[in-house]
Amino acid sequence: MAEHIIELKNVVKYYDDTLVIDNVNFYVNKGEFITFLGPSGCGKTTTLRMIAGFDLPTSGQILLNGKDISLLPPNKRPVNTVFQRYALFPHLNVFENIAFGLRCKKVVNTYENDKGDRYSRKEKLSKKEIAEKVKKALALVDLEGFEKRAVSTLSGGQQQRVAIARAIVNEPEILLLDEPLGALDLKMRKEMQIELKEMHKRLGITFIYVTHDQEEALTMSDTIVVMADGVVQQIGTPKGIYDEPANAFVADFIGESNIIIGTVVAPRKVRFCGKDFACVDDFEVNEKVDVVVRPEDIEMCAPESGMLKGKVISVVFKGIHYEITVQVGKFEFVIQSTQSRCVGDLIGMNIAPDAIHLMAQRHTTNIFDGVITKRNTVEFAEGEFECDVTQLYPGSHLDEEEYLITKEGEKIDLTGTEVRVEVSPADITISDDENAGGTMGHIISMIYKGDHYRLIVRTPEEEEDFVLATPDLWNENDYVSVVIPKDKIKLTLKPAEEKR
Amino acid sequence: MKLRFSRKTLGIPYAVFLVCFVIIPMLVIVFYAFTDDEMHFSFVNFGKFFSDPTKLSTIVYSLVIALLTTAVTLVIAYPVAYILARSKMQKKYILLLLFVTPMWINFVLRVNALREILAWAGMLGEANYFNTILGMVYDFLPFMILPLYTTLSKIDGSLYEASADLGGNSFTTFTRVTVPLSMPGVLSGMTMVFLPSMTNYVVSDMLGNSKVTIIGKFIETYFGTDWHMGSMIALILLVIVLASTLLTGGFQSEHNVRGTTV
Repeated sequence: MAEHIIELKNVVKYYDDTLVIDNVNFYVNKGEFITFLGPSGCGKTTTLRMIAGFDLPTSGQILLNGKDISLLPPNKRPVNTVFQRYALFPHLNVFENIAFGLRCKKVVNTYENDKGDRYSRKEKLSKKEIAEKVKKALALVDLEGFEKRAVSTLSGGQQQRVAIARAIVNEPEILLLDEPLGALDLKMRKEMQIELKEMHKRLGITFIYVTHDQEEALTMSDTIVVMADGVVQQIGTPKGIYDEPANAFVADFIGESNIIIGTVVAPRKVRFCGKDFACVDDFEVNEKVDVVVRPEDIEMCAPESGMLKGKVISVVFKGIHYEITVQVGKFEFVIQSTQSRCVGDLIGMNIAPDAIHLMAQRHTTNIFDGVITKRNTVEFAEGEFECDVTQLYPGSHLDEEEYLITKEGEKIDLTGTEVRVEVSPADITISDDENAGGTMGHIISMIYKGDHYRLIVRTPEEEEDFVLATPDLWNENDYVSVVIPKDKIKLTLKPAEEKR
Repeated sequence: MKLRFSRKTLGIPYAVFLVCFVIIPMLVIVFYAFTDDEMHFSFVNFGKFFSDPTKLSTIVYSLVIALLTTAVTLVIAYPVAYILARSKMQKKYILLLLFVTPMWINFVLRVNALREILAWAGMLGEANYFNTILGMVYDFLPFMILPLYTTLSKIDGSLYEASADLGGNSFTTFTRVTVPLSMPGVLSGMTMVFLPSMTNYVVSDMLGNSKVTIIGKFIETYFGTDWHMGSMIALILLVIVLASTLLTGGFQSEHNVRGTTV
């Protein structure tokens, strides 16, 4: 088994009161190229900053070679960082920027005196040593002869290289790279990707890389850690993550995919779009699942010989392939193929069993803690919704003064009663009109599921999530109001409340 | 009818202003400095100035007082500005405001108040030079804090992180990152304090018990009796100020060239 150079154990991080890293556990093998991948705000940069020492975990441990370094300041850690916007020192030239770390460093030199006794002394590096090391580092990043240049006269790509040279000249055990290619143009980025990969091979040290670009992650990494919402979604090799995404989020984030809701009808058999398909994943019969099919895994054939039949509704040329959208009943499938089709063509489609990935569905109902108000409405998720309170006591009704009368004729004032609120995703709609619904929130995630979008709407303060399904296209980050019909809000008394 | 102004016509008022209030007075000073009582051209004032030990020592005193004032202000202002700029405190603007509000209170009132305090402490007339420098530091501190705070708060926080990441402890980070990057602020703060402390004789008069004569006071006295000598001293002061500005200004522009982008 490979040596674990870095290990995170139950790491939790709060910024003020906001949870940004929620119990993260993983390890990094010595010498590997590992990438933290996720959308912005998923906690990947925070994780990197905790390894560098700029942020300290609220709880949990970070082990370096088995030793706890969670609270060690950054200057005491054998790691170096390539910053997102390089953070080169503007008052120093290229040579001095790279030499900065070397000048801070002290090495133990051993000497022998006249009597032959050995003694060691902590010394700064000599000018000659520094000059040699800087020269080597500059050669490694192809910037020979740039020593005297002011950093402000360099192009973005050159500054990037100086930043890398400045980090690797210290011979760190781990090189941390925080979206280092984000500011470069596409062509430059591709070149640097290859160069970084080469450098990783040559130096043999561990690279920890942070990016939101899934293609970059897939190209460069030995291992990818997919993160979302401060939680590790999946850890695996690029191929493993692409072929076997752990959940709908990963499938949607890594590469293009068709995600459809299906039902397991028999062992290794799933039903979607009205047809039964053989698959390789084992799930319990009758379970609802997310079915993921990669666009390149759908084979087109003659209409009569396909398992599915559909009509081409759009064809887009993408350089190396065509992206063909096919309507099958009310579902839409995206196919990537080197062959083209015409819009309006009827085609057949086949999907091999090993190209059908099943994933357990998450968030099947929305559950909240709520409180009944004076007006017999229910307050939850930063809002107030009309509801039918009589469902709390079977057979009860409301009198003229809006008091609840139970089956036994007992009069109850419900104000302040704590209840459990359940709402099915299908019963929630969203609206632009801020007065339309009971509460408001931002759309934080949106996944297309063949015939509808699955959205998550999060309230701004308490960060309560509503999961809902809608056929309409919205934008992420839209601020919308959440509408729930009165009769769709299911209330139950909390156990503690019943005892009282 | 439509009014049309070209750039040149718009510039006319400013040109008139400059000629009336800058160039002509300057020429008048130069004229007086290099003429004698009969309004004949002469170098007599120039000669008199540099051969008079009292005048020369006043210049030296003024310089020393100004330098000391600047140094003390810098030593006090830097930590304040640094702490304010780096703190994540929500209320730090209020603190900054408190340091700067004395600027909005009448100058004479402030100096008078300080004079009363010194008299009460029994120090007035006892330590004239100390009192003068104390008064100047008190008066000019905001002029040092503000530019320092501005440059220090503009330094990109990731540079501190980069320094720590490369093995720099807080001392190295301060000496090798913070100080060099705050030099523009240090220099403009120094200029803002050094120049008035050379010439502001109100402070030296009131707190130095009229025993401390700085170059500004000197000019004032001469303009009562000998305009020619007064003009000459004013001209010499102008040269000193110009030289010190050029010196610091030169450093500043170099910093700006290096400090752009990134």
